[in-house]
Amino acid sequence: MKIRIKFSKYGSLRFIGHLDVMRFFQKAIRRAGIDVAYTTGFSPHQIMTFASPLGMGMCSLGEYMDIEVHSHQGAQDMKERLQAQCPFGIDILSVKALPEPEPNKKVVSAMASVSAASYAAVWKEKGRSFCDYSGQCADFLAQEEILVEKEEKKGTVFRNIRLGIYELKIEDDALLFTVDASSSGNIRPSWVVSRFLDFIHVAAPDSALQIIRLELYTHQGDGPERTLIPLDAIGEEF
Amino acid sequence: MRLPDFENRLALSDEILLSVDKPARYIGGEVNAVYKDKKKIALRFAMCFPDVYEIGMSHLGIQILYDMFNRYEDVWCERVYSPWTDLDRILRRENIPLFALESQDPIREFDFLGITLQYEMCYTNILQVLDLSKIPLLSKDRDETCPIVIGGGPCSYNPEPIAPFFDLFYIGEGETVYRRLFDLYLETKAKGEDRASFLLRAAREVPGIYVPALYETTYHPDGTIASFLPTAPGVPAKITKEIVMDLDRAPYPQKPVVAYTKAVQDRVVLEIQRGCIRGCRFCQAGQIYRPVREKSLERLKKDALELLEGTGQEEISLNSLSSSDYSHLKELVDFLMDTCREKNVNISLPSLRIDAFSLDVMGRVQDVKKSSLTFAPEAGSQRLRDVINKGLTQEDILQGARMAFLGGWNRVKLYFMLGLPTETPEDIRGIAALCNEIAALYYDVLPKEKRSGPVQIVASTSFFIPKPFTPFQWAPMCTKDEFTHKAGLTKHAIHEQLNQKRIKYNWHEADLSVLEGVFARGDRQIAPVILRAYEKGCLYDSWGETFRYDLWTEAFAECGVDPDFYTVRQREKEEIFPWDFLDCGVDKSFLWKEWQKALRQEITPNCRQACQGCGAARFKGGVCLEKREGAAV
Ligand code: SF4
Repeated sequence: MKIRIKFSKYGSLRFIGHLDVMRFFQKAIRRAGIDVAYTTGFSPHQIMTFASPLGMGMCSLGEYMDIEVHSHQGAQDMKERLQAQCPFGIDILSVKALPEPEPNKKVVSAMASVSAASYAAVWKEKGRSFCDYSGQCADFLAQEEILVEKEEKKGTVFRNIRLGIYELKIEDDALLFTVDASSSGNIRPSWVVSRFLDFIHVAAPDSALQIIRLELYTHQGDGPERTLIPLDAIGEEF
Repeated sequence: MRLPDFENRLALSDEILLSVDKPARYIGGEVNAVYKDKKKIALRFAMCFPDVYEIGMSHLGIQILYDMFNRYEDVWCERVYSPWTDLDRILRRENIPLFALESQDPIREFDFLGITLQYEMCYTNILQVLDLSKIPLLSKDRDETCPIVIGGGPCSYNPEPIAPFFDLFYIGEGETVYRRLFDLYLETKAKGEDRASFLLRAAREVPGIYVPALYETTYHPDGTIASFLPTAPGVPAKITKEIVMDLDRAPYPQKPVVAYTKAVQDRVVLEIQRGCIRGCRFCQAGQIYRPVREKSLERLKKDALELLEGTGQEEISLNSLSSSDYSHLKELVDFLMDTCREKNVNISLPSLRIDAFSLDVMGRVQDVKKSSLTFAPEAGSQRLRDVINKGLTQEDILQGARMAFLGGWNRVKLYFMLGLPTETPEDIRGIAALCNEIAALYYDVLPKEKRSGPVQIVASTSFFIPKPFTPFQWAPMCTKDEFTHKAGLTKHAIHEQLNQKRIKYNWHEADLSVLEGVFARGDRQIAPVILRAYEKGCLYDSWGETFRYDLWTEAFAECGVDPDFYTVRQREKEEIFPWDFLDCGVDKSFLWKEWQKALRQEITPNCRQACQGCGAARFKGGVCLEKREGAAV
């Protein structure tokens, strides 16, 4: 049975890398006594995939991993056992069962199904807010081109990220936005933040802001029918 | 919207953490790290491994002491490692004091800074840790507000080159008298006695404690030591190592700290015994950990299960100097194989002799096609193997290789040393010949259709460094040019072999070995050189990319110290060595006898075959008390 686990990452664990998180969970799952499935052969490994790696220094309320288990005592039990093995900085938010794949179809892994991600950016300095700029969001999005520089083999190239920004608004103190996070069109949150700061004529070093991933989405339907749904919306309670 | 916590409670700002490589090295908070309430703690201990985090975190000794200290309710032991060069620069530039991982508090505020000394090439990193902690580098310059700086580990068996940097050394195994030392510290503090008084009382009252400031050396005109004596009454002239006789009753961490980043040892380590029965004459560990003491099978089974449960690690490894000599190895391995299969845990079995049993086990726990076979003949000829008392014959090696080839292996690694006492070019050519013979054997044993690709032989040589408390402590060491010449000779000889295409040869640079040789047998005159080299920018000397031989050469010259005095000189029987005031249990007269036997190419049986009366029997335990046939004592 395939399980999708949603978790958060915050506090000092912002400074552990993507592979470190994977190593952490491999061990936590063992300590929790979860009946997880392994690959066969010499040096077996847990069957485990992660969605979209989080940049160093970022917090998240929407991290996902998929594992496979042979047996279980319900989602609540699994969630509690795993939570008991987590240090300050990682919380288990939801545990869902992924639907059995239809015959001849593979379940799309957490990694492959990601279409979009939403983020919040806030000032680390207490009391500092984006709220004075809420009027500028519409103007920012009204631009035809929002260019970012990318270092490639050929040298610096420019990429227009405007179409990959699905939504951008200011709520309370935070700048909130939803962007393309698919493997072909992935937009780094830092790009959006720095272009927005330019737009509102505010100069600040990267470290002045905390970026928080809020959710990862997959999509249903195409064209005008296309809707984004959180990665754990396709999972079921068990 | 409720945002998750991103407040920074760390010693380093977000900006710094995001600018350095692997910030996880500096944040603490790992699984099983111990946190306590400072207000309820009487004594704070910072445990340091003076190398980068991933190496330091892999060290078993620190995990044992960390666990043991934190079982004391009134003690909080935290960890600190050498900041990597990127953070080192930032700490200096921004004037940020070095901190402990758990509390993130400055080391300067601790009661003790304990530094483990695992290899000589970390000596400049000791100074880095002191310096960044804002603790004066020399013991004599420290005041009442400084932590007590204590050293331990294998290099403390010749502490003299670094003696002025330490307030005291703990000689031997850590499990025995730390509690007494802590109690004495708390008592002197409560009574308002000063630092000097604590150190004096520690030297007098706690066995195994060496306080360098309380000893004085005089020298002969030729630079050798004339006398080495305590300067205060009641301070012992000879200090005997501390040793745990019953390992079954010693504490062992059930929940060692698990790093987030990939540590060098990303596995649980099961220590099965201490010491080694073999008595190879170049090996310091084989002498200073005498006698061999085993853990019981029952205890090991329990430890293994607890460790796996407590860490969730996916691999377990046995730790000992020579696992094949453990009396219950077969039962232990059977147990581990059953347990590990059930739990999907990998087993790694280093330091196993290659024979039918080990090949069978290895064939079951690893993929033979991906793994290689390791032999450590150490010398190329039987004559020289007799000199070093390495009880591994050509026939053992060929027989092992034959069985392995039939079992599906086709990769062989061989380890040798160059520059061993009495070595001739003939011995060196023996290295090439042995490699060639193993390669040829592969094609002999296996018909074409049974071969899984060509055979691959990797021969590696290191340079022999005479170490204190070994029979070779009297021996001269080669010069850098001699080493380089010998490596060239080996390379050339390998090229002349029929199967040379199948043999890959690796060797080290000689600079590092020469320096290690100076530190290994150096006296207190070396300390100013280390200090000078550090001031010139030497750091992380064991890392090829940061090692600066040119700066070391300058430091020796500026301090007027001739490195050759410590390396290439042959010592006389009567010479007083800088480490002679320490007693590791093995008598100097035994080591001398072994040195003479080496020169006559006479081998010595191991402790199980026949006790040689080395002196370690005075600890009344371990292999010395085992019943054996033909005991000599
Ligand atoms: S006293 Fe004998 S048995 Fe004991 S360590 Fe020495 S040689 Fe080995």
